[in-house]
Amino acid sequence: MRSTPPEPPTSDDCPGVPGFRNWRGIYLFVFLWFVVVVALLALFSRWFS
Amino acid sequence: MNALDWTVLLVTMVGIAAYGAWHTRHTDHLDTYLKGSNTTRWGTIGISVMATQASAITFLSIPGQGFESGIGFVQNYFGLPLALIIVCAVFLPIYRQLGVYTAYEFLGRRFDTKTRLLGAGLFLLQRGLAAGVTIYAPAIILATVLGWRLDLTIIGTGLLVIIYTVTGGSEAVSLTQKWQMGIIFGGMVTAFLILLARLPVGLGFAGAAHIAGAMGKLQAVDFSFDPDKRYTLWTGLFGGLFLSLSYFGTDQSQVQRYIGGAALREGRLGLMFNALLKIPMQFFILLLGALVFVFYLFQPAPVFYNRVEWQRHAGGSGGSTFRALEQKHALLHAANQERIRAWLDLRDRGNIAAEPAARAAMLAGQNDQEAVRKEAKSALLAADPLAKTKDSDYVFIGFILDQLPHGVIGLLIAVMIAAALGSKAGELNALGTTTTIDLWRHFRPLAAHDEARNVRVAKWLTACWGFVAIAFALFAGFAENLIEAINIIGSIFYGVVLGIFLVAFFLKKVGGTAVFWAAIVAQTLIFALYLLRHRVPALDISYLWYNLIGCAFCVALSLLLQTMLPDNTGHAPSQP
Repeated sequence: MRSTPPEPPTSDDCPGVPGFRNWRGIYLFVFLWFVVVVALLALFSRWFS
Repeated sequence: MNALDWTVLLVTMVGIAAYGAWHTRHTDHLDTYLKGSNTTRWGTIGISVMATQASAITFLSIPGQGFESGIGFVQNYFGLPLALIIVCAVFLPIYRQLGVYTAYEFLGRRFDTKTRLLGAGLFLLQRGLAAGVTIYAPAIILATVLGWRLDLTIIGTGLLVIIYTVTGGSEAVSLTQKWQMGIIFGGMVTAFLILLARLPVGLGFAGAAHIAGAMGKLQAVDFSFDPDKRYTLWTGLFGGLFLSLSYFGTDQSQVQRYIGGAALREGRLGLMFNALLKIPMQFFILLLGALVFVFYLFQPAPVFYNRVEWQRHAGGSGGSTFRALEQKHALLHAANQERIRAWLDLRDRGNIAAEPAARAAMLAGQNDQEAVRKEAKSALLAADPLAKTKDSDYVFIGFILDQLPHGVIGLLIAVMIAAALGSKAGELNALGTTTTIDLWRHFRPLAAHDEARNVRVAKWLTACWGFVAIAFALFAGFAENLIEAINIIGSIFYGVVLGIFLVAFFLKKVGGTAVFWAAIVAQTLIFALYLLRHRVPALDISYLWYNLIGCAFCVALSLLLQTMLPDNTGHAPSQP
């Protein structure tokens, strides 16, 4: 084994997106968006079935 | 297509390619040539990632998928946002921190040279094989319906993409992809609006959606655990996560799109842009297909949508059979229109008692039409066992040519070609870069310090891969189902490559020798599974499982081998 991978920085820099102080907030937002999209798709299917 | 369509098509396609080549003609720094400009912002990166993934087949086949099977295919993308979060949090920061040009260069730093060469070799083999298919797939469809010569279509689009990809490298690819995606979004939204306007008076979007839903075309999410179903929430989440992690995290054609840029932030936001938009975008394209289905319920619909293939056989000795099928389909089609209108009328009046029977009658009529379509496909096969019976890829292009006004037809053909060029450019760029960095520079280490020579070699190798792809597309005979061919090629290699990277990122005690031999054995196993699938019934599994099996076997065997090998930690890191 030559080397171990460097640790990924956890709070290396501010995302620079209004309302988000760190990347974890962005990831959480994307995950919640995904959940909302799946829920909306399920509702869409139900509404037009 | 008339003169206006040709003008729109040529001005947009040649204009974008010329702009990309001209704007980046002075790209002579290796960093800029391989990673793109160091001022690239997240929007350009995000669009570039999207354009590389969205090939022409996305815009030809996926509406056909919505037309034929409904919008359930959208679940295939459910693992994508989760995979992109993992790539952003783990893969991308490490790639940037090490300053690598390719993902396989990271394997060299983390493990050893042989593992790096194995990763690069598997990528080149897989992408090299797929390169011909991705240029052939849209060309065969466009050439068939537009009457163009297939060889000239392949050569024309191939040369166009080679010119600007070789001239400006990664920067030109990102720049042109931005404009190409603008054409794609503009064209698809225009087609959607025209489609809504062409629906029967008074029907509107809601009415069309209710019909599509009643016909089973709008089942977007399936929560069932039925293993026989290809697309469910669960296959999308787990299978899609694996596929997307392999594709976005380890495939150089994607890695190259986001490792450049002004800062780590730009790559991350570009990927998050895709995580937010990809599912809605695929939903929109599938919905377009489902609405085209509704459109053809009220319009004269062909019994078989690849009309060129149909006419080729209908004019032969068995023509009377084909004409009888056309007539039968037309009669059923007209009868079912009445049933649909009756159902809509009952529904609008809120007649709950009579509505279920009307719906059942409408569905029975639709099933009768589908049965005739199957008969038509059987008749084609009887006339010619080599006839192409998959017609869903021709539904949307047929709609464009028959129903859209001139000018918009040119714009939509430009959408298809823009998508083909965008994905092809990303692919060639990655093949050229990997060959230069992981092979040529490795075997000629003294030349690594001559930047100008490196750029020249990268340009030559990119062009070589372009010509290989054109030659492959011209001379290879491809199976009818091209998408499946690409997916099978990918699935055979992706799992093992992902396994190597997962070991690299998460199993810090495993060394290069263990993972190298584990990958060799795992890849051999996958080849054996694929080759023996028809001889041993128990091995005849869906090719999507190869991703999971290859990855899991590679990781597990790496761990096992590491326990049997002497501890070889403590070696100095290799030089890039």
